[in-house]
Amino acid sequence: MEKVTKIVVMAKQVPDTRNVGKDAMTPEGTVNRAALAAIFNPEDLNALEMALQMKDRIGNATVYVLTMGPQRAADVIREAMFRGADGGYLLSGKEFAGSDTLATSYALSCALRKINPDIIVAGRQAIDGDTAQVGPQVAEKLNLPQVTYAEELIDIKDGEVTIKRRLERGSETVVAPLPAVITVNSSAKECRPRNAKRVMKFKYALATSEMAAAEDKTKAFIEERPYLHIVEFSAQDVNPDPEQLGMSGSPTKVKKIENVVFQAKEAKSLTAEDKDIEALMQELIASHTLG
Amino acid sequence: MANFYLDNKDLQYHLSHPLMKRIIELKERNFADANVYDYAPQDAEDALDSYRRVLEIVGDVCGEVIAPNAEGVDHEGPRVVNDHVEYASGTVRNLEALNEAGLGGMTLPRRFDGLNMPVTCFAMANEMVARADTGFENIWGLQDCAETINEFATEEIKQRYLPRVSAGETCAMDLTEPDAGSDLGAVMLKASWDEEAGVWRLNGCKRFITNGDGDISLVLARTEDGTKDARGLSMLIYDKRDGGVIVRRIENKLGIKGSPTCELVFNNAPAVLVGDRKMGLIKYVMSLMNAARLGIAAQSTGLSEAAYREALKYAEEREQFGKPIIQFAAVAEMLKNMEAKTLASRALLYETARFVDIYKQLNHISHERSLESEERQEMKFYNRLADGFTPIAKMFASEWANEVAYDSLQIHGGSGYMKDYACERLFRDARILNIYEGTTQLQVVAAINHVTKGTYLEQMLRYEEGERSEATAPLGAQLVELRKRYEAVVERVEALDKEAQGYKDFHARRLVEIAGYILISHIMLRQATEQEADYLNPTKIFVKYAARKIQEAVSYIEASDISDVELFKA
Repeated sequence: MEKVTKIVVMAKQVPDTRNVGKDAMTPEGTVNRAALAAIFNPEDLNALEMALQMKDRIGNATVYVLTMGPQRAADVIREAMFRGADGGYLLSGKEFAGSDTLATSYALSCALRKINPDIIVAGRQAIDGDTAQVGPQVAEKLNLPQVTYAEELIDIKDGEVTIKRRLERGSETVVAPLPAVITVNSSAKECRPRNAKRVMKFKYALATSEMAAAEDKTKAFIEERPYLHIVEFSAQDVNPDPEQLGMSGSPTKVKKIENVVFQAKEAKSLTAEDKDIEALMQELIASHTLG
Repeated sequence: MANFYLDNKDLQYHLSHPLMKRIIELKERNFADANVYDYAPQDAEDALDSYRRVLEIVGDVCGEVIAPNAEGVDHEGPRVVNDHVEYASGTVRNLEALNEAGLGGMTLPRRFDGLNMPVTCFAMANEMVARADTGFENIWGLQDCAETINEFATEEIKQRYLPRVSAGETCAMDLTEPDAGSDLGAVMLKASWDEEAGVWRLNGCKRFITNGDGDISLVLARTEDGTKDARGLSMLIYDKRDGGVIVRRIENKLGIKGSPTCELVFNNAPAVLVGDRKMGLIKYVMSLMNAARLGIAAQSTGLSEAAYREALKYAEEREQFGKPIIQFAAVAEMLKNMEAKTLASRALLYETARFVDIYKQLNHISHERSLESEERQEMKFYNRLADGFTPIAKMFASEWANEVAYDSLQIHGGSGYMKDYACERLFRDARILNIYEGTTQLQVVAAINHVTKGTYLEQMLRYEEGERSEATAPLGAQLVELRKRYEAVVERVEALDKEAQGYKDFHARRLVEIAGYILISHIMLRQATEQEADYLNPTKIFVKYAARKIQEAVSYIEASDISDVELFKA
């Protein structure tokens, strides 16, 4: 039998920073996570779609989602299963708390060594941190080629993937040998919707720690159906160097948080006379807005 | 993130109706499918949860894909290329999204890859799709044709076509011809048996066929040579893959422009027979039409919802004389009445859909085993209610959709008359709703029998037995008084009809409307009793409106003597 191609999508559950209300920030100036809905990071959905397209082309392939986060991040895996993923891995534990991008990519790369995928796909960046560092760092740690700003899957066969990348002024098409890490841009195709039958099939899927809290009836139900079990890795499951995890593995230190209040001033009216326009030009140059 | 299910509390309320439990029981037959299909429910609670989740998907696709495409589809429209229909690009994307979401074959059994959901849920899906794009609902809602195949075709035919509908192929029902519109008995499309090929061959023309170039078409044709009436007509399936039908033209319409209305030419097109010969119109089309009428009631309700929301949004944003126009009493009153009509339309729609569900499922079961006497009683009971309620659901919902769309445009003022706002599209789209699948005037013909036979009166009396809260009791008492007036005018009309034939026909619409207003008021009252906070005020508003309309009709009848029959004759 031909080998099954294993595709892993790295996804993150993030607070929905696109629809911020007045309660979005705490008085201390940090993100008020309780007030913001937890959602599937938008570009990770583009990544999921590209992974599913790969599976559609290859045929004999699986798509699994890997996410690091608290127990409720299993929602991201279920959402992916509703849209076409075969299952997922939840990397969870207090050891991971406080991770910056370096510690995150380290933890994810440990899990990926264990999973041993043929292709890794991720969104370009998450809307809460906006760093776009985790994907490339994972590629470096695993010593894999990386394709960033991926916009379209052109082809995947014979151990190679062909991808169209979005550039600042145009696009380029590149070929990468597999395994590789691909980070997907928001300009790529939007993710397919949830599928009715998949939702009905996977709605009871639970991660290991969620199962522990479930009723006996639910546990028995899931045990009879292994596809409903979301694999959960603790820190020790992925054999990390504890020093490189969480806070201790995160060299990024927040020095200061400043609450920037936008100070709107009265609108200024100018006439169409040269004198007024000249004055405005001088003002803009003086404030370094121009020049 | 627009979701047309999650943003509509009223729709969610209807999914939680107590009768849903019985419907699920009948639909799931002891939940035997749970052992065979990984997506089948384990119990009633599980089933209802799945319905909710699937409707949430529909709501998402409607809000995120179909609604944003609606304007483009309206402008672009479909076209004929090489004798076949090419949809507008937005229509293609809509179908893609719905198919990715796996929403074909919503009501079909799982053995045909269907979702095995009740008609009530399918109507909810149709309502949301119509709210997003009324014309597109025609194309997608036609998957309903599969229900007729499932009800009457042989197992072999079902196996051949139904999984394709579940996979997202589209359907059409080819009934109307240039000389056979409301009078379908006059259909002339000829079907002749081709002994050599072992298939029927279709020759002739069809006109005004919605989605006429669909993948799978149910065709009403004359199989009995030399006949001229309904008894010579049969129902056949034409498969687009076989070829033999060309689209001669697409009609240029006032509204629902995304929905291709086709003139078709059949040229020796192969077809297979559904069910028995000669039963085409008498039995199968009647079943098809009833389902289609419920579909139009859903489509109409969706349009009312869209038109009301457009008007509300505009009235809140548009300022004149230093304040939003919603703060002017004249505008506010219009909006309240629009809301009440939309809620009433939905209340009647789902009451009817539930009746249809119970009747249809018991009917399906009766083909598998003989029913217990209690079940037979139940089937008869709900069959009668479904037959009585379907025409009034279609009639009220489609007439109100027009009224709500008219008022929506009115609230937009001069801007509404321009092409800049959705209300003008809704206004145009609404106009067909009280015409196709039987005009309002034909719904009255179907409904008047239930005035005479007492179906409506019996149901009013049943509703009167229902519980009342302190707040709804006075409205309940008012409805009892209105019911007495209804009985009195029915008696008057029947008595005078004996003196002058045609007197009842003359007042038929008025009688049906009085009955409808009372029945709908009762359903609203039940909702107001259950959920006072959401429904008491709209119900009060609706009953005021209904009482005024009833008063008007009653006064007209009371002042009308038998000379009116002559007076209004052509």
